[in-house]
Amino acid sequence: MMKSHVWRPLYAVIGIVALILIARVLVVPDSFGVHERGYMYGWYNKADEGFWKKVTVKYKSSDYCKDCHSDKYSSIMQTPHAIIQCENCHGPAMEHPENPARLSIDKSREQCLRCHSRLPYPTSDRAKIRGIDPDKHNPGIECVACHNPHKPSLEGVK
Amino acid sequence: MVHGELWTLKELFVYPNEYIYWSIQIVMYPFMTGLVAGAFVLSSLYHVFGIKELKEMARFALVFSFALLFAAPMPIVLHLQYPFRGINVFMTPHFTSAIAAFGIVFFSYGAIVASELWFLYRKHFVEVALPLKEKKDKGLFEWIKFLIFCSLTLGVYDLSQESLKRDEKAIKILAGIGIPVACFLHGYAGFIFGSVKANALWMTPLMPVIFIMSAIVSGIALCMLTYIIVMEVRKIKMKSQRKPWMSLRLDSEMSLEEVKGAEIGVIKITAKYLILFMIFAITLELLDLVFRGYTAVKHWDILRTVIYQKDFTNIFLLQYTFGNLIPFVLFLIPGLTIRRATIGLVLAMMGVFMMRWNVVIGGQAFSLTLSGYMEYIMPIIPHDWETFKEGLGGAVSIFVMPFVLFWVIAKIFPVFNAEEKPSVH
Amino acid sequence: MISRRDFIKYSLQGIAAIAVPVTAIEIINPSKLFASKDAREIRWGFLVDTGKCVGCGFCVKACKNENEIPYDINASRTWVERYVLTKDGRVLADSPRAGRDGFITGRIELGQGKYQDIKNEDIEKAFFVPKLCNQCENPPCVQVCPVGATYQTKDGVVLVDRKWCIGCGYCIMACPYGVRFFHPVYHTAEKCNFCYHRITKGLKTACVEACPFGARLIGNINDPNDEVGRIIRTERVSVLKDEFGTKPQVYYRGLSKEVR
Repeated sequence: MMKSHVWRPLYAVIGIVALILIARVLVVPDSFGVHERGYMYGWYNKADEGFWKKVTVKYKSSDYCKDCHSDKYSSIMQTPHAIIQCENCHGPAMEHPENPARLSIDKSREQCLRCHSRLPYPTSDRAKIRGIDPDKHNPGIECVACHNPHKPSLEGVK
Repeated sequence: MVHGELWTLKELFVYPNEYIYWSIQIVMYPFMTGLVAGAFVLSSLYHVFGIKELKEMARFALVFSFALLFAAPMPIVLHLQYPFRGINVFMTPHFTSAIAAFGIVFFSYGAIVASELWFLYRKHFVEVALPLKEKKDKGLFEWIKFLIFCSLTLGVYDLSQESLKRDEKAIKILAGIGIPVACFLHGYAGFIFGSVKANALWMTPLMPVIFIMSAIVSGIALCMLTYIIVMEVRKIKMKSQRKPWMSLRLDSEMSLEEVKGAEIGVIKITAKYLILFMIFAITLELLDLVFRGYTAVKHWDILRTVIYQKDFTNIFLLQYTFGNLIPFVLFLIPGLTIRRATIGLVLAMMGVFMMRWNVVIGGQAFSLTLSGYMEYIMPIIPHDWETFKEGLGGAVSIFVMPFVLFWVIAKIFPVFNAEEKPSVH
Repeated sequence: MISRRDFIKYSLQGIAAIAVPVTAIEIINPSKLFASKDAREIRWGFLVDTGKCVGCGFCVKACKNENEIPYDINASRTWVERYVLTKDGRVLADSPRAGRDGFITGRIELGQGKYQDIKNEDIEKAFFVPKLCNQCENPPCVQVCPVGATYQTKDGVVLVDRKWCIGCGYCIMACPYGVRFFHPVYHTAEKCNFCYHRITKGLKTACVEACPFGARLIGNINDPNDEVGRIIRTERVSVLKDEFGTKPQVYYRGLSKEVR
């Protein structure tokens, strides 16, 4: 025999490697490869960037609200709550006003306590916010029963 | 629920997204690859270095290593959130990742072991296949057997003296190449952990070496243990065959006494290598521990509390005392018996398992904040697929798998009582 | 699709890259990135002003809604930590529910249902620190992905390919900042991506938008007129865990040594 039988296992191995390489051609997307950041950080399917760019935007920011709700917008802009985005309490404006026509409003006590539960932390701006002790200040009652979040100054207390 | 939340208990300050993501299957993974590497190194000691006392063990260790080889990637596959996407490692390997090397290293290693087995058993395949080939009107079972063995011959039916000599030579070369590849296979498993710079316990360049040494310990221990079990079964069979009402059909030419003598002889010799590698493993592990304590960098405060308090039982009692010290003493006391060896071997394997546990689970026992802890509560009674595979059931299944595979493979490869090959020495 | 020759070439380069991380020798700093802006027009960077954060948690709430992370699971792309240092030298920190509901009590969460009360007069200093993905210049999570399912885009953001991720968890282990987790619905690695769908449309991230106090800012640090870039270049800022060599691109003002 010209060819020694000792190479037979090697042929089998080469056959398997060939199968893997063929499978690669069939399975791996064409856009998979080395991109801008090189092989270490940029070995990926370029098409996937598109997937992430296509994610639906849910929060539209207060600029989106101000045209239709200009009265509310301009009045709140006169108050310390001007810094709070409408959607922080009213929920993301995605597809509003078509669907849903009305947004759910978070009027819970916990929502207000996020900032107004008094934590007098030195070295933190939290200490500068006017706050209450939630266990002592009318526990169990919604803040909006007395306070108007659109007119947060104490003159606005109902 | 987030993956991992079910079995993780958090204490003090832990980042919100931190859980024990690598659980029991990742403990099983280096344990199983360790057994593969260890079994192969044991078989190569005979084939390459010509340690003749290990001859009988070598053949057995190689077949067992092959059985373990199929079981080794199973823990990592079971651990994946998408087991079927595991093939992506072959499709788009990212070699800057230690796990990507797995595909290549594992495949090369498997090819070497399979080739070596092929050369070792080629004669047997031909001897089974040829008579079947010539036989007319084969039954269904014979057809299946014929097809299996026919394909196993890879189309070579040459059994001349010259070709058999070539087999011997090929085995020797493959066993020689196999040793560094086996060490690499397992060393890189150590690299997977040792290269994670985010983990204070894992990151050490000693990790791959520690893993290789303890791998060889566990591999040798498992081979010895299985060898003892097989020999005991054989003795029981022989005893029953001695009974006068049974026929005198012995499956071996050896007498009962000869088998007993051979058994303890093989065990004594192999035990020496076990102790040798155990010393290497312990030395490196202690070096690592001493070094960490002496240099005492930023993360030592939390590591110390984990090593000396939280995991004290696991590390110092189960791993070092029961897993290292006691087997060490058992093997060193003169007059080794099979029973004593068995106890020592079981303990040594438990010790290596605990080492894997203490690295994998211990490495996640503290938070990246270095000021909080996490505790792994292994799911014992599964209530869904995830708690099965990431719990006791999954681990036990993985451990049993190579034994089942060995039983199947031993049907094709005659592990014991194989005819002697013509010696080339 | 790359050719086989390229594949082998890149594979060898990858192996070489493990052995000799040449990039580690080179120092990448914001000014240098700024100087090389021709090569990469956009490089997203983030600035957190810890002094301005009051721990309201609106950022976490908005992030979860915007990025479809189930609201009630105990994992989040971004979170807020609280650090309280007492007069007797103790450092206590927590981030209950990732800070999603803000911090409305002074009790510190200790895990396993335990809490610690601290009297206001015992507090030496206390502050909040928002956290998110650092979009590292050398992201270790990307380096360790075995299949190329997580990657860095040209503009520096690290993304995860949900169709290709095998769920091995190696990236989660490799991140020194603990920003990654498995998405409970998609079962793939999940992380903050600077709201890639928003920033690529010229919008700000949901967390920046939701923050009433301006504690969070995002910008293209390669743009000479960008506020974030200007502050990073001209003011005193720091980054988290720079000892890992990851070169984080989330910069902090007013960080304290107790911050982990």
